[in-house]
Amino acid sequence: MLKLRDILVELYRETATSLPYEIETKLKKIFKIENSNAKEALKVILENIKMAREFEKPICQDTGVPIFFIKAPFGISHNYIKNEIIKATRIATRNIPLRANAVDVLTDKNSGDNTGIGFPVIYIEEVNNSKLIIELILKGSGSENIGQIYKLPIQEIGAERDFDGVRKCVLDAIYKAQGRGCPPYFIGIGIGATKDQVTRLSKEQLLREIEDKNKNSLLDALEKKILKDINKLGIGPMGFKGKTTALAVKIGINHRHPASYFVDVSISCWAHRKSKVILKI
Amino acid sequence: MLPLKEKDVLSLHAGDFVLLTGLIVTGRDKLHKFLVKEKPSRKEIPFDLQGSVLYHCGPVVRKKANNYEIIACGPTTSIRVDMYEPEVIFRYGFKGIMGKGGMGEQTLNALKVNHCVYFHAIGGAAVYLAERIKRVVGVWKLEEFGIAEAMWALEIDNFPAIVTMDSYGKNLHNTIEKKSYEELRKLIKL
Repeated sequence: MLKLRDILVELYRETATSLPYEIETKLKKIFKIENSNAKEALKVILENIKMAREFEKPICQDTGVPIFFIKAPFGISHNYIKNEIIKATRIATRNIPLRANAVDVLTDKNSGDNTGIGFPVIYIEEVNNSKLIIELILKGSGSENIGQIYKLPIQEIGAERDFDGVRKCVLDAIYKAQGRGCPPYFIGIGIGATKDQVTRLSKEQLLREIEDKNKNSLLDALEKKILKDINKLGIGPMGFKGKTTALAVKIGINHRHPASYFVDVSISCWAHRKSKVILKI
Repeated sequence: MLPLKEKDVLSLHAGDFVLLTGLIVTGRDKLHKFLVKEKPSRKEIPFDLQGSVLYHCGPVVRKKANNYEIIACGPTTSIRVDMYEPEVIFRYGFKGIMGKGGMGEQTLNALKVNHCVYFHAIGGAAVYLAERIKRVVGVWKLEEFGIAEAMWALEIDNFPAIVTMDSYGKNLHNTIEKKSYEELRKLIKL
């Protein structure tokens, strides 16, 4: 049987070099409807996806911040999983290779192996079944930098403490981002009581598949409405003008405090690199 | 063809799709800060920068027996070095800046004054673009800055890019932003 570490190294390889097929399929569809420079860009992008998979090389040179979302059954040590992740990260960085992205804030030195304080980012929760589910996002920082957090109400954009206020925040974030984070984007939104909670929640939404329908009909309608509005902005693929600025909008909610209404917007580039592995324990 | 001459720059206009061939050098956050703060002379830099293109890129590189292999080399977001770029263009003689996402008013003005142009490469197309590199000519500041932040001199061949800011002060990003602002106003009823 393969060791957890080996499985994690392969998870890294798959995530860095092979874009999920549903995203590739979607990009092929929009290639047909876009024009001019946006179409030229998509042509190169589609060719790049193919080459990266074939040559097993990273789709993007920014192999990002590795973010793990893990659901672990009762009885398996979380520290064990974390240690295996750190060892696998070092191996993956050397072998695939990934770009070393972990920089020490005190010395400004790069650790050289993608490990450091809080790096990779690891979220683990215990679940009530016998499967260990590991999901990995390699989060590029061009798109991470254009994310925003909002504290409603915000008078300047007429955002009140309701769903329409949420919609206005997201439109504001994408307008401000323009083409700087490599659109078409994937957008995760988190609504809730505290800053830390909504940022994690919005990131977690990025794990959802494009066609995944929100179980709550109100949120489902809001996701569709926001996506439609974003695509009216005309920013387009790579910010070169066009019909497609975002491919998906996904919303997660927590209960909020009467005084607080935080909305966090996490954005991923078109090269939304994520993979999942399910292990029976 | 690189290096670019004055007349080449003047012949390029915002919106043009180009294929670049010749020598470029990479440089991102740390290098820009270093060039502006420490002001190394052109002689201290081992490559001839006159008329060349400064590419905002932190590549993935594998060391080989006697050279390096560029594995992936798409553009990084240019706006982060906007505050340094006018001085870098002026001091080191670049005729082209390449990256993604466009740059601000101060760089647009520097492009005009120094006759320089901004190329937008295709973000995330890192393997495709690495295949357009014929040769690694050399590297500067590798020990000090690390792989991603060092200055790599690369010989490229038919490297695709789009002119989005030209030497006449035209900025495609501004045009698209203004248009999207009109839409935004309608959508949030400002």
